[in-house]
Amino acid sequence: MASLQLKNVVKDFGSAKVIRGVNLDVHDGEFVVFVGPSGCGKSTLLRMICGLEDITSGELFIDGTRANEIRAADRGLAMVFQSYALYPHMTVYQNMAFGLENIGTPKDQVKSKVDAAAKLLRLDTLLERKPTQLSGGQRQRVAIGRSIVREPKIFLFDEPLSNLDAELRVSMRGEITGLHRRLGATMIYVTHDQVEAMTMADKIVVLRSGNIEQVGTPLDLYNRPDNKFVAGFIGSPQMNFVPVTAGHGDNIVTDHGATFAMRTESKPASGTALTLGVRPEHLTLEATQGAIALPMTVTGVEQLGGHSLLYGTLPGSKAGAEGPRITAQVAGQVSTKIGETATVYAAPDVCRLFATDGNEQAVR
Amino acid sequence: MKALKFLTRTRNGRSLDWTDWLSYVYLTLGLFLMFGPVIWLVGSSFKTEAALNEFPPSFLPYGQKAVAVPGEEKMKPVYRIKLPDGTVKELPEVRRIGLMATHIDPARPDEPIRVNVKDREPVREFKLATENYTDLGGKIQFGTYLWNSVFITLVATILTLLFNSMAAFALSKYKFKGRTSVFLLILGTLMVPPAIVLVPNFLVVSELGMLNSLWGVIWPAIATPTGVFLLRQYMLTIPDELLDAARMDHASEWQIYWRIVLPLAAPALAVLAIFSVMWRWNDFLWPLIVLSKNEKFTLQLALNAFQGDLVTQWNYLLAMTVITLLPITIVFAFLQKYITQGIASAGVK
Repeated sequence: MASLQLKNVVKDFGSAKVIRGVNLDVHDGEFVVFVGPSGCGKSTLLRMICGLEDITSGELFIDGTRANEIRAADRGLAMVFQSYALYPHMTVYQNMAFGLENIGTPKDQVKSKVDAAAKLLRLDTLLERKPTQLSGGQRQRVAIGRSIVREPKIFLFDEPLSNLDAELRVSMRGEITGLHRRLGATMIYVTHDQVEAMTMADKIVVLRSGNIEQVGTPLDLYNRPDNKFVAGFIGSPQMNFVPVTAGHGDNIVTDHGATFAMRTESKPASGTALTLGVRPEHLTLEATQGAIALPMTVTGVEQLGGHSLLYGTLPGSKAGAEGPRITAQVAGQVSTKIGETATVYAAPDVCRLFATDGNEQAVR
Repeated sequence: MKALKFLTRTRNGRSLDWTDWLSYVYLTLGLFLMFGPVIWLVGSSFKTEAALNEFPPSFLPYGQKAVAVPGEEKMKPVYRIKLPDGTVKELPEVRRIGLMATHIDPARPDEPIRVNVKDREPVREFKLATENYTDLGGKIQFGTYLWNSVFITLVATILTLLFNSMAAFALSKYKFKGRTSVFLLILGTLMVPPAIVLVPNFLVVSELGMLNSLWGVIWPAIATPTGVFLLRQYMLTIPDELLDAARMDHASEWQIYWRIVLPLAAPALAVLAIFSVMWRWNDFLWPLIVLSKNEKFTLQLALNAFQGDLVTQWNYLLAMTVITLLPITIVFAFLQKYITQGIASAGVK
C-alpha cells in the first residue's frame, strides 16, 4: 500500500515530447484511472511509473522516496499488461511463481502464495494448464494473479480489458473493482474507454497529448468539466457543442438566432464567440420556462426501447450552410421521422459555456 | 486396402485425364532421376569388388556361389561343369593351373575331376556382400573417424545455437546505436564467397595452434550469418511485453534470454540445429585444410582417402558413402516438418 507523486515529469523520445510536465498525487488505496484518446501518452506515463521507460526530467516519488533511479523490479510495483504477457511455455502455476522464484522465495512459501492468489481469482483448478488452453477472461485473471502474488505496493493496469468481448469486459470490470475493495491496494488503471473510467475510478486523470487536462472524481468531471476536451471526452453519447455569441448582460445568442439568458461569473464582453455545451441526456422534447430551444432537422433516429436517440443538424448561420450536429437522448419512444424538424429544449443551468480560444476553458 | 484406395484416387472420381498422365510421367521421371543414383549406390555397396568391375553391370548384387570343402580353409567358388559323359554338375573348384581346373565333389572328396575352363561357367546367386560393411572397422580406423565427425557435428551445433541465439537476442530485443549497421554487416558476410576467407581463416587457425585439432574445425564454423538472421527474424515475433513482464518479475537479462526467449524460439532453434548438423557433417573443404593427420580425419576425409592414386577399393568406398549418408537422411526424414515450419515462420521463403 503506497502513495505516489509525480513532479513535473517529462518524457522525450528524441525530439518528440510525449509527456510534457505532469504533476499528480495518488493517495494510498486510491483507484486512479488514466484516460485519454490513443497517443495521449497514458501508457507511456504508466510505463514510466513502473520503470520500463526512463524519466527524461522531473521526479517520481513512491511512498515519499525518490524512485527515478530504482530498477523496475525493485520499485515494488506490479503491472498487468494489455496483452497479459503470460509466458506461453509455462503453466499457470509457473507463470505466477516465476517472479517469486527469481527473488529466491522458498518453495513452500511460493506454493502457499500462489495457491492463495489462485483461490482468490478462482484459478485453483487451472494451475496445470498452459495459457493457450485458457479463455480470454481466465488469462486476464492469471495476469492479475501473477501481480498479486508479489504483494506489490501499487498495481498498474495497462488497458487490461481491451482484448475481451463486451460482455466479459463488464464482468471483469466488476472483478477488478471488487479486488480493489478486498485488497485495499493503490491501483493505477489506463484505458481509452471512458465508460471503464467512469465506473471504476475513485479519481480520473484525463490526458491529452502529454498533458493532464483535468483530475477529479468521475462525477466532478461529468458535471464540471474544466474545458471543452474533457466535456467531450467524458459522457456517452458525446456532449453537443453549439457555437454561440455573448450578447448584452447575461444574454447569449445562438448562430441560428435564438436568444436565452445564462448567468456567468466572468461576464464575457458582448460579441465574444463562445461554445455552448449540452449533454444529449439533458435535452428534452418538452419546452420548459427559460429553456434553450434547438430546432434541429432530424437525420437519424435510434429507438432503444427505454430511450431514443435523435440525430440532427441545427440551421446554419447563413442560409444553406450546415449548422452544428446535435444528438438528443430522450426518454421513452418517439414518433419523429427522418427529415422532420424537431425542437429540443435544454435548461440553461445544466449547460456549460466554453471559451473559443486555444484552451477552450470552461466559462461556466 | 486403404492405402491402395488412397493412391488410386482420381479427380472427381472420374478416369485419368491426359494432364494426370502427364503429371505421373513427369513425377515418375523425377523420382528416377532423384532416387535412381541413391538406389544404385546402396545396391552397389553390397557388391563384391569383382561384381563391381563386371561389365555389363548387374542391378542387384550377385556373387559367385561358394561352398565349404573338407580339408580346405577358404570357401571355394562353385562352377557348373559339363562332364565328358554329357551330365552337368555344380562343383566347387579347388585349384586351377593354366586352362585346367580341378574340381571336387564334397560328397566324394577323394575323386578330383579335372575340367577345361571352357567347359564350365560360374554359378551366380543373389548375395549381399555385407563384408563391405563389417570389414570397414578392420580396414580403417572407422570408429575414430566416426567419433571425430560426431564430435565436430555435435559440439559445433551446440555452440552455433548458443552463440547465434545470443547475437540474435541482442539484435532483436535491445535498442542500441548502430544496431542496424551491425546486423547488415553480419548479413553482408553472406556475400563473401567462402573461398576468399579460406586463407585468412587458415592463418588465424594456424596462429592459434589449432591445426590438426578438431577445435580448429569447430570454432571458425560456429558463427553463421544465416543462423543469426533466422533466429533474429523469429525473435522479433516474440512480444516485447513478455520481456517487460519478466523484468518486472525480477528476472535478470540472462534469465530473460535463457528462460523466456530461448524456449519460445525453439522452432527456429530446431531449424538451425538441423541445418548446422547437415553443414558440419557434410563439410569437406575446411576439415581437409585443417586436419592432415590420419587419426584426426572426419568420415568425409576418410572417404576421400579411400580414393588412392593407383587403386581404389570401390566396394569399401561405396559402403562408407552409404554410412555417411545415413545420419542426414534420418535427420531429414524425421525433422523435415520443422524445417518447413521454421523457415516459413522466420519469413524466409
